[in-house]
Amino acid sequence: MRHLLSIEDLTRDDIERILDRAAAFEEVSHRDIKKVPALRGRTVLNLFYEASTRTRSSFELAAKRLSADVVNFAASGSSVEKGESLKDTVLTLTAHSPDAIVIRTPYAGAAALVASWTTAAIVNAGDGKHEHPTQALLDVHTLRQKLGSLEGRNIWIVGDVAHSRVARSNILAFRKMGADVTVCGPPTLIPRGIEALGCDVRYDLDDLREADVVYALRMQHERMDQHFVPSLREYAANYQINGRRLGPRQVLMHPGPVNRGVELSGEVVDSPQAVITMQVKSGVVVRMGVLYEVLAGARDERSAPQPTEPQLA
Amino acid sequence: MTPHEPPCNGAARTVRLVSAPTRPADLLLRNVHALDPRAGLDGAHDVLVRRGEIAEIASAGSLSAPRGAETVDGEGRHLLPAFVDPHVHLRTPGQEHKEDLETGTRAAAAGGYCAVIAMPNTAPVVDSAPILGALLDAAAREARVPVGFMPAITRGLQGSELTEMAELRGLGAAGFTDDGRPVVDAGIFRRALQYQRLCGGVLALHEEDPSLSGKGAIHEGVVSALLGVAGIPSVSESTMIARDCALAEYEHARIHIQHLSARESVAVIAAAKARGVAVTCEVSPHHLTMTDEDVRGLDTRRKMNPPLRSEEDRQALVEGLRSGVIDCIATDHAPHARDEKEVPFEQAPMGTTGLETAFAAVYTDLVVPGILPLGLVVEKLTSGLGLLDLFVPTIVAGEPANLVLVDLEAEWVVGESGYESRSENCCFAERSLRGRVLLTVAAGAVAYRERSTILSVTSSAGQR
Repeated sequence: MRHLLSIEDLTRDDIERILDRAAAFEEVSHRDIKKVPALRGRTVLNLFYEASTRTRSSFELAAKRLSADVVNFAASGSSVEKGESLKDTVLTLTAHSPDAIVIRTPYAGAAALVASWTTAAIVNAGDGKHEHPTQALLDVHTLRQKLGSLEGRNIWIVGDVAHSRVARSNILAFRKMGADVTVCGPPTLIPRGIEALGCDVRYDLDDLREADVVYALRMQHERMDQHFVPSLREYAANYQINGRRLGPRQVLMHPGPVNRGVELSGEVVDSPQAVITMQVKSGVVVRMGVLYEVLAGARDERSAPQPTEPQLA
Repeated sequence: MTPHEPPCNGAARTVRLVSAPTRPADLLLRNVHALDPRAGLDGAHDVLVRRGEIAEIASAGSLSAPRGAETVDGEGRHLLPAFVDPHVHLRTPGQEHKEDLETGTRAAAAGGYCAVIAMPNTAPVVDSAPILGALLDAAAREARVPVGFMPAITRGLQGSELTEMAELRGLGAAGFTDDGRPVVDAGIFRRALQYQRLCGGVLALHEEDPSLSGKGAIHEGVVSALLGVAGIPSVSESTMIARDCALAEYEHARIHIQHLSARESVAVIAAAKARGVAVTCEVSPHHLTMTDEDVRGLDTRRKMNPPLRSEEDRQALVEGLRSGVIDCIATDHAPHARDEKEVPFEQAPMGTTGLETAFAAVYTDLVVPGILPLGLVVEKLTSGLGLLDLFVPTIVAGEPANLVLVDLEAEWVVGESGYESRSENCCFAERSLRGRVLLTVAAGAVAYRERSTILSVTSSAGQR
């Protein structure tokens, strides 16, 4: 695989291959010296056009544990603020010959666009409200560890689906792994046509008991300015996952950072059912698996006797 | 005529269509298949053009070129009345890096157009007599085919103050439009409708409710849900059309709805027409041939406003052309520079070029598969200026020569040999289309020749 742009592009085999490799890297994280030389001499460039601490540092750790060199390029304080276009930035950075560019932008399709401008492998770390494929992969990894298999499991994704790239990637990933997916949230935050991704739609939590896994989305405060819901209080009254609503055997997930008291009550965040820190841990090993896939994995394919794809300049 | 129709104030109401000085053509188009449904013409003919006028239409092979006239052997290819476009963006003044009067009208000629009307959303906006006057002067130096201008309804397209519409009409305004934006304030829009009684001039309307469109970049539907891109719902367009039809009805005014995209809009206009509202409307080649499925790859050349909608919408538009609810095809030719479009989809400006591909796109996708007859498409490509009380090109002896020779068999790849337009943001780029414009005669002069056509031209002595 040359790039990781979306879950939509992946087959179930692709997902399992990446996650099996991630599981193998799990052991590295427990060593005293948390490093393997798999990507020694390779350069990974983190290009982040949106504020991100977790995802960026998770990619940075993943690259470093594989012995790659890492350069972080944040949009603030750079040429981007001086008005440089995305294309010019990418061409400039490509002149440094990075092997992989990890990119996050506020725009759908930007990672795919960048892939057409550079010879580096592109990993999408979030493109607008479109996809966040590594988040979905780490969530599947977490559930595989917790439940064994996703086959036939019932997963509810609750909250602001309309503005969530996590929701879109996760619906696709969970479906590909054989789970049934229900999205639930205020009617104003469920996009028209979302059923086409293969999920059910609900507007209340009455049947939440059906779920094996409850995946709460972050309720962003800026949505309040656009009047998608009357108040956070009313949102919480209808959609907050709390001790009263969460069943004893349900697994609780959240992509972070959590708004305690809004989408989740404090008690469930701190309960043993919550796997939120496990998700963060999975982030590093899964991103190791992804970087290995697009850098070392791609090289394996290239050295194989099949004809290689023409590369876009 | 309604009781409110203003008394005709001759000089003040003459629309000006302006082009650079041309040499009237003396041309014998031999052995062409002349097709003009309005003239009842559909068969093999020779057509003689003398001093820019259609002099004679006779049976094929019966005419010989008079001394000094050029002969083009049509070899049975189709000769149509040239097309007209009531909706193009020529980006002058102020955005000449996208297009100018010369390149835009060259693109028009290459697409078989003999006249176009330019929109006012330039920098500065065409909203005052000095700007309109300067544009008309520039067109008289640069335009390859006649071009008319529609100034703004409101100053700066801000939607709050009317432009000096009577003065602008006196200078030759072809009508008024805030294209690119709706006139959101119903009260202001009503005043423009009332003022039409003084100055005439159709109000051409970009219909959209900004509170429904929001930050939308594509049609709201399955594709927008999959891509996570904010959608523009169909009702954003149809509700504004319903409002404006009701206001036009109340004020006995004339309106023209631009670039219809949604099936709900077709239904609203059908109902308004049925009750006698003086409303006409247009549809673009891209809305007739493409859907939101074509935007899945987020190709910015396919980002336009209104957006490409669903297959049901597309079919309703085709049906609207067939039934007569939709009066004409207009391109909404909207050039943008390469670097403006080479950005993520949500950041890209709206618009596609269309003048050079309009005929071939509609011909390939609607005529070749037998969905619409060629005659109907020709009517809809030639009727747009008639809706503004200008002219309708026709192949009739004694009329000015506005003709286009097309090769219906020729297949070509859009963009392969470049564009006449300064911009290349064509939504049909890389597609293989059938139907190539070989020769365009606009207002009596040869405005375009496809390079290879020169080979089949034989000149009489003394002519190049």
